[in-house]
Amino acid sequence: MSDSVTITIDGRNIEARPGQTILEAADAAGIYIPRLCSHPDLKPIGSCRVCTVVVDGRPQAACVKPVMDGMVVQNSTPELLQHRRNIVDMMFVEGNHFCMFCEKSGNCELQAMAYRFGITAPQYPFQFPEKEVDASHPDILLDHNRCIMCARCVRASQELDGKNVFQSIGRGFARKIGVNGERALGDTDMAATDKAADICPVGCIVRKRVGFEKPIGQRLYDTRPIGSDIEEVRA
Amino acid sequence: MGTRKIVIEPVTRVEGHGKVTILLDEAGQVSQARLHIVEFRGFERFIQGRPYWEIPVLVQRLCGICPVSHHLAAAKAMDGIVGVDRLTPTAEKMRRLMHYGQMFQSHALHFFHLVSPDLLFGFDADPLERNVIGVARKYPELAVQGVMMRKYGQEIIKATAGKKIHGTGAIPGGINKNLSIAERDGFLKEIDQMLAWCRTSLTIARDYTLEHLDELADFGSFDSNHVSLVRADGAMDLYHGNLRAIDKDGNRIFDQVDYQGYFKYIAEEVKPWSYMKFPFISSLGPETGWYRVGPLARINACDFIDTPEAEVARKDFLSVTDGQPNNITMAYHWARMVELLHAGEKIRELLHDPDLQGGDLVLKGERRGESVGLIEAPRGTLFHHYKVDENDQVTMANLIVSTTNNNTPMNRAVEGVARKYLSGAEITEGLLNRVEVAIRAYDPCLSCATHAMGRMPLVVELHDAAGRTLDRRVRD
Ligand code: FES
Ligand code: NI
Repeated sequence: MSDSVTITIDGRNIEARPGQTILEAADAAGIYIPRLCSHPDLKPIGSCRVCTVVVDGRPQAACVKPVMDGMVVQNSTPELLQHRRNIVDMMFVEGNHFCMFCEKSGNCELQAMAYRFGITAPQYPFQFPEKEVDASHPDILLDHNRCIMCARCVRASQELDGKNVFQSIGRGFARKIGVNGERALGDTDMAATDKAADICPVGCIVRKRVGFEKPIGQRLYDTRPIGSDIEEVRA
Repeated sequence: MGTRKIVIEPVTRVEGHGKVTILLDEAGQVSQARLHIVEFRGFERFIQGRPYWEIPVLVQRLCGICPVSHHLAAAKAMDGIVGVDRLTPTAEKMRRLMHYGQMFQSHALHFFHLVSPDLLFGFDADPLERNVIGVARKYPELAVQGVMMRKYGQEIIKATAGKKIHGTGAIPGGINKNLSIAERDGFLKEIDQMLAWCRTSLTIARDYTLEHLDELADFGSFDSNHVSLVRADGAMDLYHGNLRAIDKDGNRIFDQVDYQGYFKYIAEEVKPWSYMKFPFISSLGPETGWYRVGPLARINACDFIDTPEAEVARKDFLSVTDGQPNNITMAYHWARMVELLHAGEKIRELLHDPDLQGGDLVLKGERRGESVGLIEAPRGTLFHHYKVDENDQVTMANLIVSTTNNNTPMNRAVEGVARKYLSGAEITEGLLNRVEVAIRAYDPCLSCATHAMGRMPLVVELHDAAGRTLDRRVRD
C-alpha cells in the first residue's frame, strides 16, 4: 500500500495519508472544513453534519469519511455553505443560547461558527424549550439549555477518562445528555481533572466559579474567526 | 357620578412601558395622579437557578440604558457571596472608573438629548422643534458637546468592561482587566476638554434654574425625605458607602446604616393599581416615609463633595435654599450637572492613579449564602439582594431599582403639575408638555426607550366614570 494518496478539495490537489479522514487531510493542508462534534482527541461519530462536504457528487461527513486516492471533494459550494448555516441556525433555536450573558461567549465554537457564517439572527422560530441546570457537582456546572448534542462529553468520558459519566439518552426533540442514568452530576464519579470537563464546544459543561475571568478582547475568538488557526498552516 | 380618569400613555417602546392616569373628583379637580411603569418583574424569577458568577452579566439585560449600574450592583452583591469585603485597589478603582464613566455618559445624554430642548426652547415650544434635532439646528456646538461627552463616557465603559454595552468587567471578588497605559493616555488627552464642557453644562442648568426660580419652585415640587449612600465621613460617594436618610429640613432619619441590613430600614408597599412597588422608610410608615433618590437627594444628603470644583458647585446650589435641602423637582437638572462635573473630576483623579495598572485583580474569601449590593446609579440608589445555595445557584433575588425608589415622588410631581395646569375636562397641549417635563426631571428608567427616541411618546385619555372616552390626545 502506498503511503500517500492524492485527493482534490475545491479543485486543489492535496497529499494525504491513507487512513486519514477528509477532515484530517484538509486540516493538514490548511483547508478549514467547519465542524462541531468532531474533536482531534476523540473518535469521530459524524453526528452534527456541520462538516458535510460533497464527495464524488454525494454529501458525506468529512470527519468520518476516509480519504481514497483520486477523491474529488467540494467544501465551499454555495449549497454547502447554506446547508451548514441551516444546521447552525437550528442549533440556536433548539436550545436556549443567550450569548449575551453566557460565560462561554467569545470562547464558544457554536457562536464562533455563527460569526464565521455571518449569521446575525436565526431564520427559524425560537423553540425556548424547558431545560434543566444541574449544579450538583462541586466543580462542574451542567446547563442543558446550551447543549447541542455533540456527544463530545460522552466520548471524552469513555475514551479519555475511562469512565462513563455521560450518555446520550431519549429520542428526537427529547434527546439529551444524561448522567449515569438520570442521576445528578454530583452523584457520578466525575472529577474536576476529567478531560470531559473541558471538552464541551459550547457553554453546557463549564468549570464553576471562573466564568468571565477572561476579559473581552482576550478570548479565543475575539480577534480571529474559528478555523483561522487551520487556515494559517497554508499561509 | 364618581371620579373621572385621564390616561397618559407612552405608546411605542421596546422595553419599559409607562402610563399616567390622572384621577378627577366630581368637581373636576385633580385628586390623584398615578404613574404606572411596567417593569421586568419576571426578571427576579428568571434569575433563580442561575449560577451566581453569571448574575453581574445577566442582570444587565434589565435595562438598555444603565446596564453598568446593574452590572456593578450585582457584582458588589456577589463580592459578598464569595466572601470578599474589600477588593484590591486595582479592582475597586477599575470599577469606580467604570461607574464614573457610566454616570458621565448617562448624565450628559439625559441633559443634552432630553432636557436641553425643554430648557432652551421652553415647555410650550412646538414639540417638532423642542427635541434634540432642534437643538442641533439652533445650538450646534452644544449638540456636539453632548455627543462627544457621551462618547467619552462610553469609551471608558469599554476600556473597563470590555464593551460599551453589556460588558463583563466586574466579576465576583474583583475585575477581569486593568487599564493599559495606552488606554489611560487616550483618556487623559481629552479630559481637560471634557471638564470644560462639564462647566458649560453646569452653567446652563444653573442659570436656567435661577432665572426661572419662581416658576420652577412650585412646578411639580413638594417636600420630601431624601435617601442616598454617603461615605463614612459624610462625603458624596456614588460607588460605595452607607445609607443615610434625611427629612425635608435635613434632619437625619437614619445615618451610616450598613446596607447589608437595608431591609430593616426600607420597606416596600404594594398597591393594586401598579406593578411597581412603593418603597418607604419603615420607621415612618408608607404615608410619610416615601423619599426621593438620585442627583437631588444625593446633593441634599451628603455633607460635602470630595472634588474641589463640584464642592464649590454644591455650595452654590445649596445657597439657593440657605443651605437647607432643596425640594424643587426641577432642581434635579442642576444637581445632575453638579454630579457630571464631579464624575469628570473623579475620572481625572483615577486616570492619574497608578493602581489602575496594577495586576492584583481578584480576591476569594469564605463563601456566604446571602448578600446585598448597593450603588448610586445615575437615577438613584439601586438595591440588589441575593441568596445563593451551596450548589452556587441563586435561590432568591430582590431588586429595588432607582426608578422604583422615585415612584411616589414622580406621582406627586405629575399630580402637582396636573393640579396647576389642568382646566376642565380637556387635555391641553400645555398639560401634556408639563407632565412630560415633570417626569423627565427624575430621568426615570421609563426613558429607556425615550432616550433612543429623543422624546416621550404619549397618549392622553380622559375617561368618565363609566369608562367612556371623553377626550384623547396622542403624541408619538
Ligand atoms: S463534525 Fe463531522 S459530523 Fe459533526
Ligand atoms: Ni435603566
